[in-house]
Amino acid sequence: MSGAWSIYVIVLSLLVVGGSAWLLAMTAKKPEKKEGETTGHVWDDDLAEYNNPLPRWWLWLFIGTIIFSAGYLVLYPGFGANKGTLGWSSEGQLLAEQQKYEEIARQTYAKFAALSVADLAKNAEAVNLGRNIFANNCAACHGTDGRGAVGFPNLTDASWQWGGEADQIYTTILNGRMAAMPSWSAVLGAEGTPQVAAYVRSLAGLGHDATAAAAGKPRYEQICVACHGIDGKGNPALGAPNLTDADWLYGSSEATIVESLTKGRNGQMPAHGPLIGADAVKIVSGYVYSLRDQAQSTASGGEK
Amino acid sequence: MVETYNDKVVKQFTVMTVIWGIVGMLVGVFIAAQLAWPWLNFDIAWLSYGRLRPLHTNAVIFAFGGSGLFATSYYIVQRTCHARLFSDALAAFTFWGWQLVIVAVAITYPLGITQSREYAETEWPIDILITLVWVAYAVVFFGTIAKRKIQHIYVANWFFAAYIITIALLHIVNNLSLPVSMTKSYVIYSGAVGAMVQWWYGHNAVGFFLTAGFLGMMYYFVPKQAGRPVYSYRLSIVHFWALIAIYMWAGPHHLHYTALPDWAQSLGMVFSLILLAPSWGGMINGMMTLSGAWHKLRTDPILRFMIVSLSFYGMSTFEGPMMAIKTVNALSHYTDWTVGHVHSGALGWVAMITIGCVYSLYPRLLKLPGMFSTKAIEAHFWVMTIGVVLYIASMWIAGVMQGLMWRATNADGTLAYTFVESLKLTYPYYYVRFLGGTLVLSGMFVMLWNMWKTSQMARDTSPVAVTIPAHA
Repeated sequence: MSGAWSIYVIVLSLLVVGGSAWLLAMTAKKPEKKEGETTGHVWDDDLAEYNNPLPRWWLWLFIGTIIFSAGYLVLYPGFGANKGTLGWSSEGQLLAEQQKYEEIARQTYAKFAALSVADLAKNAEAVNLGRNIFANNCAACHGTDGRGAVGFPNLTDASWQWGGEADQIYTTILNGRMAAMPSWSAVLGAEGTPQVAAYVRSLAGLGHDATAAAAGKPRYEQICVACHGIDGKGNPALGAPNLTDADWLYGSSEATIVESLTKGRNGQMPAHGPLIGADAVKIVSGYVYSLRDQAQSTASGGEK
Repeated sequence: MVETYNDKVVKQFTVMTVIWGIVGMLVGVFIAAQLAWPWLNFDIAWLSYGRLRPLHTNAVIFAFGGSGLFATSYYIVQRTCHARLFSDALAAFTFWGWQLVIVAVAITYPLGITQSREYAETEWPIDILITLVWVAYAVVFFGTIAKRKIQHIYVANWFFAAYIITIALLHIVNNLSLPVSMTKSYVIYSGAVGAMVQWWYGHNAVGFFLTAGFLGMMYYFVPKQAGRPVYSYRLSIVHFWALIAIYMWAGPHHLHYTALPDWAQSLGMVFSLILLAPSWGGMINGMMTLSGAWHKLRTDPILRFMIVSLSFYGMSTFEGPMMAIKTVNALSHYTDWTVGHVHSGALGWVAMITIGCVYSLYPRLLKLPGMFSTKAIEAHFWVMTIGVVLYIASMWIAGVMQGLMWRATNADGTLAYTFVESLKLTYPYYYVRFLGGTLVLSGMFVMLWNMWKTSQMARDTSPVAVTIPAHA
């Protein structure tokens, strides 16, 4: 704030508060008229006004808030560009609290520095810690239970778009992932798109029109094969999903597959290294890896 | 020829107050139900919460509250100036123009046509219509003041005058924008300045529309209904000037701990605290007017509406400054506590004083000694009071719970709860809030029925002659 603005704010503040105080001083004096006597003005036949003195408790309440405010503006920023004698700022308070929690986190994470992601998944204390980090940072998309939502992968099933090994999970969380399924509508056309969709459904053993699927097969083997493979089992290195299993990120209905083919899909996992730091990424990777282990030991699929 | 009062426009606005009250509260109850049972969106865009919530706020503030303010200000300015409205044609224009604004809001908001500025979502063509209506309103009001046959201007008119002038200023400054089509414009402010202008507008809409305007209403109907003089003229003076001077500064308390500079946040906080006494001045003047007539509360449910509204006014104008304190705000901000606070003001104060005044005004307009059924007013009073208490108590509890859950941390420094956990625990309070809102709405239907029966009792429809002031 420049000097002129500072003076402007100070003058206006003083004018309003000073004006109120002046008004109080002027009206706090004992009225000339006795109590119970009206001002003498009458409107609409019977509307009149007494001129009772200001209730004392109310007057002191008013003065009290003014004194408190004056004191506050001495201690804290607010009186023009004046910074206040306490040196407080909201940014400073934020930084101090952040530092405090970062220090707590640093000390907490330090004991797990020597453990690998796979070891962390077996350490009950680290898993609890990882669950907290997950709830704060991952649950918004993947759900508090890790079961995901449409477009956000289920982390409790056996299907891993970018690979489900410990180091792959760590890399995914640390650096993020960007899936890029292009739009194929220009290449496949209105006729070819549903044919390929039918063939894709046949790969997963889902109900399909056999004629359309047969027509779609050569197109699939010409185009889709590059990422999803000849057998449709996908490629974790490219983030190309397995099309033969029961897990469908965007849904397995023919209409949804047509939509995926027509518009493409661009799923994004943001890089969390810069957001929560590598130590926290490692611990939460251990937690996610533990979810995968649970899923494998119970051998149950996730949401279909 | 004998000069008469223009009560036609008053009657029109009075009836529309109740109709729009029902519409606005019905939308409110529906969106409260959507929060409790989200499937009520029905996956239809124009029924979705995001589009209906602004419709609810605008309908209750500007359609219900606005019609009530037009009705009472036109009635009061004529009676206390002993003069007919300055212009019948302009007054009629304000009625039909204002109804057109409301209908335009009800069409454009569900269609998703919005400026995305809270309580000012109307796109620019509607903003221009509002401006025209408001200028006509000012001409009618101040023209009537100029015609007055009594030198002193009654206190109710000070408040109406402040509200009319300030709303014009707020509306124009907040809505300055560049249109790119008939249905889309971009506001000229950006960043922290845009946020500050928004809340300078938003908080003064509370201060001048929902407070000053309704204090004007209160200052006429409470002494009339109680049959007692206003408690203190000097208190009127102090609290009027202090209220309008200090309210202007309070907006930044909506932006604590944001990108708004610290000095502005601090000023917003301290001026909100200083605002406590000026706000309570109005409550004291209204309540103390009843001294010597407290027994009337036993038999007159209209007076009870007014006194309970003043109690809610006092309560929410205490709660407001407290919530403006930074440390309290750090807990309450973004929670349902804010929603509870707003409704203790909007339902407890604004709606109850309006309902009380309409019950007092409507028979006067029809030259009847009272409403058709006092028992029905009594029933309305209890249904509404219970509804409001359920509403605000449930939102208080929900808000404090949410605030505490959101800030709770584990030993390792992570947050103890996810957002969805706090949402899950809020459901019971959403059900109670829905019940409270439903009670308030059902009271409005009792009111509509009572007004219908009262209107059928009316026999003498001749205009009322302007009276001669007692001390001309």
